Amino acid sequence: MYSNHPSHSQQPIVFSQEMLDQSQEIIKHYPEGKQKSAILPIMHIVQKHFGWVSVEAQDIIAEMLKIKPIEVYEVATFYTMFHLHPVGKYVLEVCRTGPCMIRGAEDICKYLEKKLGIKEGEITADGLFTWRTVECLGACGYAPMMQVGEHYHEYLTPEKLDNLISDWKTK
Amino acid sequence: MGRKLLLEHAKVPGIRHIDTYIQHGGYRSVHKALKTMTPDEVVEEVKKSGLRGRGGAGFPTGMKWSFLAKPEGIPRYLVCNADESEPGTFKDRYLMEYLPHLLIEGMITSSYALGANTSYIYIRGEYRWVYTILVEAIAEAYAKGYLGKNILGSGFNFDLYVQPGGGAYICGEETALLESLEGKRGNPRMKPPFPAIKGLWQSPTVVNNVETIAAVVPIVNEGGDEYAKIGIGKSTGTKLISACGNIKNSGVYEIDLGLPVDEFLNSDEYCGGVANGKRLKAVIPGGSSVPIVPAGLFYKNIKGEDRLMSYESLSDGGFASGTMMGSGGFIVYDEDQCIVRNTWNLARFYNHESCGQCSPCREGTGWLVKVLDKIEHGKGATMADIDLLWDIQRRIEGNTICPLGDAAAWPVAAAIRHFRDEFEWHIKNPQLAQSKNYGLVKETVYQTV
Repeated sequence: MYSNHPSHSQQPIVFSQEMLDQSQEIIKHYPEGKQKSAILPIMHIVQKHFGWVSVEAQDIIAEMLKIKPIEVYEVATFYTMFHLHPVGKYVLEVCRTGPCMIRGAEDICKYLEKKLGIKEGEITADGLFTWRTVECLGACGYAPMMQVGEHYHEYLTPEKLDNLISDWKTK
Repeated sequence: MGRKLLLEHAKVPGIRHIDTYIQHGGYRSVHKALKTMTPDEVVEEVKKSGLRGRGGAGFPTGMKWSFLAKPEGIPRYLVCNADESEPGTFKDRYLMEYLPHLLIEGMITSSYALGANTSYIYIRGEYRWVYTILVEAIAEAYAKGYLGKNILGSGFNFDLYVQPGGGAYICGEETALLESLEGKRGNPRMKPPFPAIKGLWQSPTVVNNVETIAAVVPIVNEGGDEYAKIGIGKSTGTKLISACGNIKNSGVYEIDLGLPVDEFLNSDEYCGGVANGKRLKAVIPGGSSVPIVPAGLFYKNIKGEDRLMSYESLSDGGFASGTMMGSGGFIVYDEDQCIVRNTWNLARFYNHESCGQCSPCREGTGWLVKVLDKIEHGKGATMADIDLLWDIQRRIEGNTICPLGDAAAWPVAAAIRHFRDEFEWHIKNPQLAQSKNYGLVKETVYQTV
């Protein structure tokens, strides 16, 4: 039985063999008994695979690392990169901090809100997009910018956003 | 034209790969250190070089290294701080993206000096593609025998790993970084004990910034004395500056410390001046935590001397009229920018990034945002709110375990110190301030506080 709370997965969560192998490889980076250090790297693997990190996935991580589930929960809720609720297939994370703000980040957010027809943090009806603001991503000289998955998109303009979004829609 | 000790080969095609890197003189420092020098001799060269921590604090690296405890039978660690998150700063990203082997070379040579057989590069999680570049470069270094067992037949064994963070500015603080590397929340530790005594997994640890570790390479190659000839006074060597904001040429530049700020901001070789023919309003020269200074105090100190890009010159005048070198995140504001809005934006950043451990920071940063929001968005602020802001920041500064509290307080203090009339104008004209910016300060307001 699964809870209805959005932090719980509505499907059973199973780690693929590849995810398990990658995780075991990471655990070797640390001295014996210090496998807890693998939490963040493994959560990245989980998020890449499922799009977000559900409570069920966190429980599996705890089991793998032989630690208590709360030790994973407290880490998952501290670091802002992890989505603890379902999100769109593409998460557009726009930097809102000072250097990006003075180069037009606020206009980019307004444009995205209108273009996608959703407020910050929501998911489009087709399940494809979520957008949100984040703090400094270290691309201040190439502002305004956003991160999508493992990529940075810099010097953003409405035209550039239009092209990116239509590409993602047809993928 | 300044020397390029770090970035000379950054734009060479294929330099990310070890063969090209070696063709351009790469890994010489590893050969020199491991084959001809003792670890203590490497430390000695770093001390002679006068190298100071490039992450922001500017603490002498050689001294930091000499604090490392060396008890028998306990491993020691070198941890590279690549959690670059200070607004305005993107220099380490550039270095790692273009020259991953320079960092790896620096890690090998530095770890040899410190007697560390395992080291970690803790990189912010958002720099995922840089993480991949580093992992690939490390694999190349293993294949060439620069990492692993008995490197170059020296008997030195060394393993290097990259650890991604999860999105937390606080993990740039060294003890928060160590907590995070141990798989915990990034809450800074009480000091003492310092990491040099009890760091990663309670073992002696040195945490150094990416650029600091990269600078060890030319120091070992050319000698500490040669390195110390570059720069001015106690600001030796070269420094990477990431320039952004309202300038013509944003980007990462390697400068000789001591370059006049006027030349850095206005020459075409560097920033190329303020963009679109606008006038300069203010500069934050060392990342968002350091005090903002108005144009007048930026170019010259209050004695009328030209300011230089050096630790001492930028901080000349203390916080009353100076600022800091910080991380080298150089943010330029033109005449159209609103200082109140910028201060509110940065306060929101620190509030968002406060780990919540110390009350003055957790509560204080929230209050700063609330009061600044009231002033910026015309929600019925009064003149007393400016004094309230001053009071809040004063109660945060110096009252927290880590420097994030100070970093949150200083930008607010400096904005009020130098741009108080702009805050007052917002409060007197709440409607007008929604559609119009105050513009340039009429004259530099200088007051000692």
